[in-house]
Amino acid sequence: MKALVWHGTNDVRVERVPDPAILNPRDAIIKVTSSAICGSDLHLLDGYIPTMQAGDILGHEFMGEVVDVGKDNTKLKVGDRVVVPFTIACGRCFFCEKQLWSLCDNSNPNAWMAEKLYGYTTSGLFGYSHLTGGYAGGQAQYVRVPFADVGPLKVPNRLTDEQVLFLSDIFPTGYMAAENCGIQPGDVIAVWGCGPVGQMAIRSAFLLGAARVIAVDSVPGRLRMATEAGAEVVNFEHDDVFEKLRAATGGRGPDACIDAVGLEAHGATLDAYIDQAKATAFLATDRPNALRQAIHCCRKGGVVSIPGVYGGFLDRIPFGAAFQKGLTFRMGQTHMMKYMKPLLERIERDEIDPSFVITHRFSIDDAANAYYLFRDRKNECIKVILKPHGETIH
Amino acid sequence: MAEVNVAEVERWASALGGAALAAYGVKNLREEHPVAGAMIAASAGMLIYRGATGRCPVYSATGINTADTDTASVLSGDRGVNVEEAVTISRSPEELYACWRDLERLPAFMAHLVSVTPIDRLRSHWVAKAPAGRTVEWDAEIINEIPNELLAWRTLEHADVVSAGSVRFRPADNGHGTEVRVRLQYGPPAGRVGAAVAWLLGNDPAAQIREDLRHFKQLLETGEIATTKGQPRGER
Repeated sequence: MKALVWHGTNDVRVERVPDPAILNPRDAIIKVTSSAICGSDLHLLDGYIPTMQAGDILGHEFMGEVVDVGKDNTKLKVGDRVVVPFTIACGRCFFCEKQLWSLCDNSNPNAWMAEKLYGYTTSGLFGYSHLTGGYAGGQAQYVRVPFADVGPLKVPNRLTDEQVLFLSDIFPTGYMAAENCGIQPGDVIAVWGCGPVGQMAIRSAFLLGAARVIAVDSVPGRLRMATEAGAEVVNFEHDDVFEKLRAATGGRGPDACIDAVGLEAHGATLDAYIDQAKATAFLATDRPNALRQAIHCCRKGGVVSIPGVYGGFLDRIPFGAAFQKGLTFRMGQTHMMKYMKPLLERIERDEIDPSFVITHRFSIDDAANAYYLFRDRKNECIKVILKPHGETIH
Repeated sequence: MAEVNVAEVERWASALGGAALAAYGVKNLREEHPVAGAMIAASAGMLIYRGATGRCPVYSATGINTADTDTASVLSGDRGVNVEEAVTISRSPEELYACWRDLERLPAFMAHLVSVTPIDRLRSHWVAKAPAGRTVEWDAEIINEIPNELLAWRTLEHADVVSAGSVRFRPADNGHGTEVRVRLQYGPPAGRVGAAVAWLLGNDPAAQIREDLRHFKQLLETGEIATTKGQPRGER
């Protein structure tokens, strides 16, 4: 089969690799009909995530058709059309039973590695470094899905691939970010980063009853898309974000702030450049500019919700502001299986059509170029989807 | 003789064995072999003393021969490699105990084991991987067995790897599953076999046990051990 393979920083290639096979009794093999490139894949491309190995197949947002199932998988059958969540969960451990699916005890074969870095392991992830299991990803024509009786969600044929594909990550991720804000009627929510997760968070915040959403970014196409959702916008290259937010909230500050940027924040303030210099010199691993700003801007007693990915150590976080203002922090990889079905129902009820975020479509053969286009934000690129088998009837 | 020089596992083995021996000795004293009975009772007393105090007058007086394959001498005190690891598993003590007691199944989650073959109800023959495709072998016996709570074992004479160990099962504090706690003691690595032991355990002796326990948990909770071995990948 063809797959998108990581070879090193800024080096991904489409190659022919062996087809996947069932390795464990609860596995399934999925023929991938649609796959997306995630903003967090750019962290891999840019070399920000440790424990990548040349030869790794990327991709964690995908869906398709079941073509094989393991002997203990009684939930799926050949021919089922499913969306696959990016987190892998066993469904039976202490954490899965508490709906903390992304903290599954049993799905990371390299748990020892994560324990060294984080104390305890989190769940396995598709195509996202060996720290989270080294599972081959879904930017490929076929993919093996472990614990496939827990994760994959069957989707009705009347919905297109593009309508349901983002149930694999960004829609639940943006939604959980908004839910973590504990939105009360009348609340004002500020969202840093108007990439795909930010866009989903903006719409989810409105779905959950936010009165206003204020979006912070610098890319005109992304700010425009946020405006279309009903958000007010702040361009951090032109405006002082704190002053803008303070003025927009009658001097009180947003009730909750969402950092949908994560570890590779770009910013125009001095601390952002210092971060960049330090990260380049390997003194720090993450650049938490957006997070700092979110903490600073949040109203007293507010919530900072973090769907943006962090992996290592953060430098000079204004913890004094967080403590003195009594902020609440909510974060973590998305507990996918808690959200996929209810969000599918919202799509079925036409409350939202997540396909609005798609700007580019490529065949798998062009996947490497698609990465570079997305990284460089060329042609107003916001979300890229790949068609590993060409166009399908869906 | 202030130093503790008898291993924990061996201490209760000593104490239990001593108690049994004492009962036997006292029975003899009362019956037809009063002299033998007295000697047995005396040894029993020493074993109980060792068990209770962790100090062995015989070890201290004679020194320890590391070439010995008797767990009592090789593993006295904190000699060799000591490891303790625990994991909490969302299963009942009964299920976990039954799985562990079925010794033939241990290689399913203990990566370094090739096979375990029962000899009789308490004794078994073990084969483990060693460097350069070789194996090391030993016989072991169960020295304590409390169903659904505890299993303790030690290697028998002429073992390639001298070790003793125990596994305890007890309901977790929050009522959610079972805490499984393993203690293992290996003879000090020396010579060819010592190199094999060092290779088995790596730089971090606890790491292998932790990994084995993790696989035990995965197998019991999910029915399989998470893996990526055999999945496709691109050129390196």
